[in-house]
Amino acid sequence: MTKRPDPEQLLRQLQAEEQYARRGRLKVFLGYASGVGKSLRMLDEARRRKARGEDVVVGATQPKGSPEVEALLERMEVIPLRTLEGVPVMNVAAILRRHPQVCVVDGLAYDNPPGGFHAKRWQDVEELLASGVSVLASVNLQYIEECREQVGRITGKRVTETVPKDFLKFAEEIEVVDAPPEMLLERASAAPLRAGEASPGSAVAQGQLLSQLREMALLLAADVVDYQLEVYLRRHGIEQLWGTHERILVWVNAHTDAAMMVASGKRNADRFQGELFVVYLGQPDLTPAERETLARNLGYARNAGAQIEPLDGEDTVDLVMRFAKARGITQIFVARGTRESFWERVFGNAVDRLIQAAEGIDIRVFPG
Amino acid sequence: MTEAVRRGRLKLLLGYAAGVGKTHQMLEEAQKLKRQGMDIVIGYFEPHDRQDTIAKTEGLDTIPRRKLVHRGSVFEEMDVEAILRRHPEICVVDEYAHTNVPGSERAKRWEDVELLLEAGIDVLTNMNVQHLESLNDQVWQFTGVRVRETIPDWVIKKADEVVMVDLPAQALMNRLKRGVVYPQEKARQAMENFFKEPTLAALRELALRQTAHEVDIRQVSEEGAEEFLPESGEKGRAPSFARVEPTDRILIHITPNPSTAALVRRGRRVADFLGADCFAVCVLPDSSLQDLPPAEQEALVKHLDFARKLQIETRILAGEDVAQVLVDFARQHRITQVFLLRPKPRAWPLAFGRNLVQQVARLAQDMQVTIVAERRRA
Repeated sequence: MTKRPDPEQLLRQLQAEEQYARRGRLKVFLGYASGVGKSLRMLDEARRRKARGEDVVVGATQPKGSPEVEALLERMEVIPLRTLEGVPVMNVAAILRRHPQVCVVDGLAYDNPPGGFHAKRWQDVEELLASGVSVLASVNLQYIEECREQVGRITGKRVTETVPKDFLKFAEEIEVVDAPPEMLLERASAAPLRAGEASPGSAVAQGQLLSQLREMALLLAADVVDYQLEVYLRRHGIEQLWGTHERILVWVNAHTDAAMMVASGKRNADRFQGELFVVYLGQPDLTPAERETLARNLGYARNAGAQIEPLDGEDTVDLVMRFAKARGITQIFVARGTRESFWERVFGNAVDRLIQAAEGIDIRVFPG
Repeated sequence: MTEAVRRGRLKLLLGYAAGVGKTHQMLEEAQKLKRQGMDIVIGYFEPHDRQDTIAKTEGLDTIPRRKLVHRGSVFEEMDVEAILRRHPEICVVDEYAHTNVPGSERAKRWEDVELLLEAGIDVLTNMNVQHLESLNDQVWQFTGVRVRETIPDWVIKKADEVVMVDLPAQALMNRLKRGVVYPQEKARQAMENFFKEPTLAALRELALRQTAHEVDIRQVSEEGAEEFLPESGEKGRAPSFARVEPTDRILIHITPNPSTAALVRRGRRVADFLGADCFAVCVLPDSSLQDLPPAEQEALVKHLDFARKLQIETRILAGEDVAQVLVDFARQHRITQVFLLRPKPRAWPLAFGRNLVQQVARLAQDMQVTIVAERRRA
């Protein structure tokens, strides 16, 4: 940190910080399905904040709230939705006129009809934040743009109204409302079971489906926390020596077929719900056979959905280690070399040197 | 007893630090269950002087704690006998990872809970993620705290349900500043040490990922769903890794080296996530611990015990050539992955012969060898 700060940059940073200080704070309650209790948790926080003296209003509610939710709403100041083209929308103008400290928005993923403030409700929320109003908002997993496809594959239902994942990432706080699916099943199944329509088999299937969504929501929240942690560490100039998250790096070359290594990397990344990287050294003087092997290895990597990076430079071990440290890698997969030169036997080959250099990173040496 | 008792169900609320609201949420659930007409008691509750938490116990039956004298001081522990006599449908137990005072029948509270479950009592309990044995090194790395009260991962696996009690790190810091979690003086100290935003964020991320993993392994596989219908009386659930084709088998090499504990934890965690079988062996010249220097003997016994506590099958093998003995054992047991510690660096590798990693790698051309480096702190 010997570099003198650039005055232009300092000014920009100062302006950004001032702007940030004026902005409202966003807190998002994330649920994996309706009925987990997001609204209740959010309104309970609103109530507590009000009790602590904050100026809180409710800007948007869900059409059919549970009795507990209704009871909480009765004690809050509610700015009613207005109707636009027959569609209820959040009354942004009225909220801005009222200008509370905190506004509760139950349900982020709504499309506004043409003629509204913005096309999407999350953009309305953005407007409130920019005006210095803090927002408590709730959203369900299936409405997150980036999760929509996967949720759709699990549930068979695809929603059209979505919120981008970045909107969550830039929220000051995200809170997962977690509950075991049994609770939801009890609630949801009460009616059909009385009617004698639902079979136990479908209850099991339903439970499994909910578990998958629950797992996704937890991992989404973990990703957001991970991102925010990274930003925090970068802002404070702290080097991260540890990963809370498994990141697997497979080092492929032009000599050994890496099918098994990449497959294992993929499986490990999946099981640990981590990330998979594949690196190789850019070498200009490869024989046609070597070029073919490398191309095949990179093909495996692409099929596995790995993030592929070529590395360029002299000291290969140093390059791989630097990449690993920069990306917070926790495990490196490498093939043991079959050919060993005299010098390698004396001073240790690349794998030996990698093992010695890898502090805090597991090295898994593969046959081949 | 004339017939087998149905085992009680265990529900575990998982948090990442004091003050996230584990006890609060647990008691709220207890109140709800009571309103639904369940026979529920508090088996153990740690008030921490938090008034709004204490208020949540109102109307719930509390089994008085048992007093024990240890070195002239009086300690209070959960009274398992009294709970068993009272035999409620559901029992609420705070701080699952707690270590009982010496002189108690059982060393750990989770062992007390085990007795309640065996007697058919459902248990609602809580703990923080940093008490999980396999995360011990990682937690030390980013908190600087060596957590002593740990709980083996397999104990958590037996819980029927793991639920995350989530709270943003910043919100927890605010709670701490308001004096909700600890009295002001202790809160100030805590914020200087453990309760820093990046530390809390990292712990929170660990807890979220761990809960996701717990949800994952409890999912019944689609094909297997039929067999696990309630009518079949089948209580077990097929973990989702049953779907994974190749079976991994992991072998951990036990030595007196102090880093072995970290190696065992890491091997166990990888095995857990891959759904792999896990073995640990140490190799001695004549399979007898007696001939070793006392310090080495003690360290080996400690590491072998530790592995056993994590439900790893352990063996002591005899032979002069450590690499050869390890690889022979690995072959016999169809091991796919050998876990070794990082060898000490040498200036002239060949002058002293190959190190253990190189020897094993040469002998076991068909296996993967994983080298776990000791973790260090910034």
